[in-house]
Amino acid sequence: MTTQHVRVTVNGTEREADVEPRLLLVHLLRENFGLTGTHVGCDTSNCGACTIHVNGMSAKSCTMLAVQADGTDIRTIEGMADGATLHPLQQAFWDQHGLQCGFCTPGMIMQSAWLLNQNDNPTEDEIREGISGNLCRCTGYVNIVKAIQQAAGELRSADATK
Amino acid sequence: MTTEMEPRTSAAIGGMGHSVKRKEDPRFIRGVGTYIEDITLPGMLWMDIVRTPYAHATIKSIDATEALKIPGVLAVITGADLEKAGLHWMPTLAGDKQMVLPTTTVMYQAQEVAAVVATDRYAAADGVAAVFVDYEPLPVIVDPHKALAKDAFVLRPDRGPDKANNHIWHWESGDRAAADAALAAGEVRIAEDIYIPRIHVASIETCGCIADWDAVRGQMTLHMTSQAPHAIRTVLALVSGLPEQNIRVITHDIGGGFGGKVPVYPGYVLAVVASLTVGKPVKWIEDRSENLQADSFARDYHIHAEMSATKEGKITGLKVKTIADHGYTDAAADPSKYPAGLFNVITGSYDFPNAFVEVDGVYTNKPPGGVAYRCSFRVTEAVHAIERMVDILAHEIGKDPAQLRMENFIQPEQFPYKTPTGWEYDSGNYGVALQKAMDMIGYADLRKEQIEKRARGELMGIGISSFTEIVGAGPSKDFDIIGIKMFDSCEIRVHPTGKVLARIGVQTQGQGHETTFAQIIAEELGFPVGDVKIEYGDTDTAPYGLGTYASRSTPVAGAATAMAARKIREKAQKIAAHLLECAEEDLEWEPGKFSVKGSPDRSKTIQEISFAAYTNLPAGMEAGLEAVNYYDPPNLTFPFGSYICVVDIDKTTGQVKIRRFVAVDDCGNIINPMIVDGQIHGGLTMGFAPSLLESITYDELGNNQAGTFMDYLLPTAVETPRWELGKTITPSPHHPIGAKGVGESATVGAPPAIANAVVDALWHLGVRNIDIPMTPQKVWAILHEKGIA
Repeated sequence: MTTQHVRVTVNGTEREADVEPRLLLVHLLRENFGLTGTHVGCDTSNCGACTIHVNGMSAKSCTMLAVQADGTDIRTIEGMADGATLHPLQQAFWDQHGLQCGFCTPGMIMQSAWLLNQNDNPTEDEIREGISGNLCRCTGYVNIVKAIQQAAGELRSADATK
Repeated sequence: MTTEMEPRTSAAIGGMGHSVKRKEDPRFIRGVGTYIEDITLPGMLWMDIVRTPYAHATIKSIDATEALKIPGVLAVITGADLEKAGLHWMPTLAGDKQMVLPTTTVMYQAQEVAAVVATDRYAAADGVAAVFVDYEPLPVIVDPHKALAKDAFVLRPDRGPDKANNHIWHWESGDRAAADAALAAGEVRIAEDIYIPRIHVASIETCGCIADWDAVRGQMTLHMTSQAPHAIRTVLALVSGLPEQNIRVITHDIGGGFGGKVPVYPGYVLAVVASLTVGKPVKWIEDRSENLQADSFARDYHIHAEMSATKEGKITGLKVKTIADHGYTDAAADPSKYPAGLFNVITGSYDFPNAFVEVDGVYTNKPPGGVAYRCSFRVTEAVHAIERMVDILAHEIGKDPAQLRMENFIQPEQFPYKTPTGWEYDSGNYGVALQKAMDMIGYADLRKEQIEKRARGELMGIGISSFTEIVGAGPSKDFDIIGIKMFDSCEIRVHPTGKVLARIGVQTQGQGHETTFAQIIAEELGFPVGDVKIEYGDTDTAPYGLGTYASRSTPVAGAATAMAARKIREKAQKIAAHLLECAEEDLEWEPGKFSVKGSPDRSKTIQEISFAAYTNLPAGMEAGLEAVNYYDPPNLTFPFGSYICVVDIDKTTGQVKIRRFVAVDDCGNIINPMIVDGQIHGGLTMGFAPSLLESITYDELGNNQAGTFMDYLLPTAVETPRWELGKTITPSPHHPIGAKGVGESATVGAPPAIANAVVDALWHLGVRNIDIPMTPQKVWAILHEKGIA
């Protein structure tokens, strides 16, 4: 099968690959680039385990082709921490017991980061609406909501001190 | 009974009762966990599966010619290939047999028909699309009642001429004559048909494996999503003939289990066969539709219940007859003696003088399974039936459902309590839990509000569920799976520097065992929880255990962990006496050290003792500080709780809105309050889901109507109620740390609270029962029929 060249920036690093035009973006990340933090849970863009950021927008990478991402700037869960320092959302998910099996967690954190980027002080209803494209089977969402609230507070106070 | 757990250890030690943050989380929040799909082995191939679109059909031919022409496709495996090695059938955990691949007939939609092995996943998928299978469709039975009809065709002729019907087994418990007599004499007698539909666990990670055959070493390594890796190893040894020491099962991180990762699916066996055939690692990962259409289901119980009482509402008898739809084979992962699981816990929290329950298992053209949905072996079905019946009785005689429950509860002084169906409940205090839930939700005020609203024509309901769980399978005299007793295990090794490695026979798929089992050891030995590493899920290193399901980890392996730690403490005491030059009996223990009675300054820490175990032992003592325990529980444990749900029903749409939901749980002593609350949040959500959203239905041709997440509706954060939790603590008297288990209580207890609330809102209109899921369509149809909508 013919291949097509794809060049993307992933978590600040330029990456490229020759791929079949039908290759899903999530498989480019996981299999070509070894970034296995982005998961596949449903194939129909219902569960959101594959959520990443493409040019700053939340995107479900299981329903996007790798070739569609050519030239874009991508951020995945592996790009959230700054070395040993966790992103406030990662820290908050840990502090608030916002995960159990951990499978939905990367997508949930990426979606939450995008949500807080759009709205730095969301109400509980806005948080629940904002993560409604991401399914968690373990937590009942209670502690995920608390984690997002904690991170929102921390990100706001960090902004205030800038 | 208390409501709070006072920790005995300091926060630095972090024993029981501390909300220790989870040790497993750093890898998950960074996206560096290791789930099965994350593993790539050198030279690894991909397997994908051809599945039948028909629910029942004869396979006339399978032609792989075109598939094998596709670049990258290496092999196509069919039932005929397996038959040559006698591997086309395999035994199920329930003593039935199941096709790995069919040779003549497919029995349910999406059943495996052939496996394609290729160099990558896309080529494998291309291969699947190019395998041509010629089917001759056959008649289909999806209704178990029709399967039992005299003129029904026989789904499983392989069982022989003496079993020329679709009846699998009959199982009963209790005293039929006594129950009949009680019902006949009852001043009040109620009867109801209750159907609990088929549902699917749908963990966000699907199932999969990598089979890695090393022909030179004769070693099969199976990386897989399993809740019971040791059982898988033994089954694989029995089925394949490979020597068990040369089979290694490794589970890694598991993205949710809930029972769906207990069974042995054909895909696992096919990957093993493929790897044996091609001599390379072979990976198989199911997609969501395969997962929803072919993997183990739960429920599908058609229950007929009858109950009698005095006219004041004192319960006198219960009789239950159930048809259990098992699909085309009985592959329910129940303990051997319990084909209907622990369904005979159906007398619940109530003091029934007489009860009888019978269940008949039936074949249909649906996938097999039965207990995979966080259900504690059919306890969910039992709790739903009894809690619905008690509520119907209360409404029927005009008594408040809370009051009726209070008057019929088994009383605290009756424990240990023998039920008429043979269980011995260990401990309970049901009235206090219900009262606490009533206080938290403001029950009396809600009833007043309901009267006011009803006068205005608004539909508001209040539902109660006061459930009793039964977990911790189980005592070896009664509990085994394929003959293996349901003990569980822990092995503890204390290193010279006072750091600990412990290995457990149970698996974790989100429960947080790396944290909670470390806390049990911290509690028993005083090592800081951060110094204790917990390992599991590698059958080469972990002690044998039956795995994690049916809320058995803490009741069984948790007990093994405490008992192994106590063996270590006994040896540590001997070493301490040697170091302090005193008699063992002169020492007293506090978490983390032994000191001489009356001279607290003369002491040795557990870390000093650990070092001495390798450097300065009493004469004649064996070196090291290690222990193993295989724990055979003396009884099951019986967590309980009372839940109250308030619903408002939209008269124009039939939509049920849960306004409030209070859950008071009692799981005995608590290891980690934060994790217990998390388990309850998740359990409640998996109780809510089948109450209002989820079900798998089939059309008359056996087509699965819920094969994607577009059709099978998992709750999102928007629909999920905002749970309000409360606790009481009634320790288990027979468990070493007084714990009972908590993983499934909420899933077991929640559905009838919601169903009771909806029926409570509609009882005055003449509604006695609504089967779950109570979807807007279903509720609207009822309102329409009653002239409301």
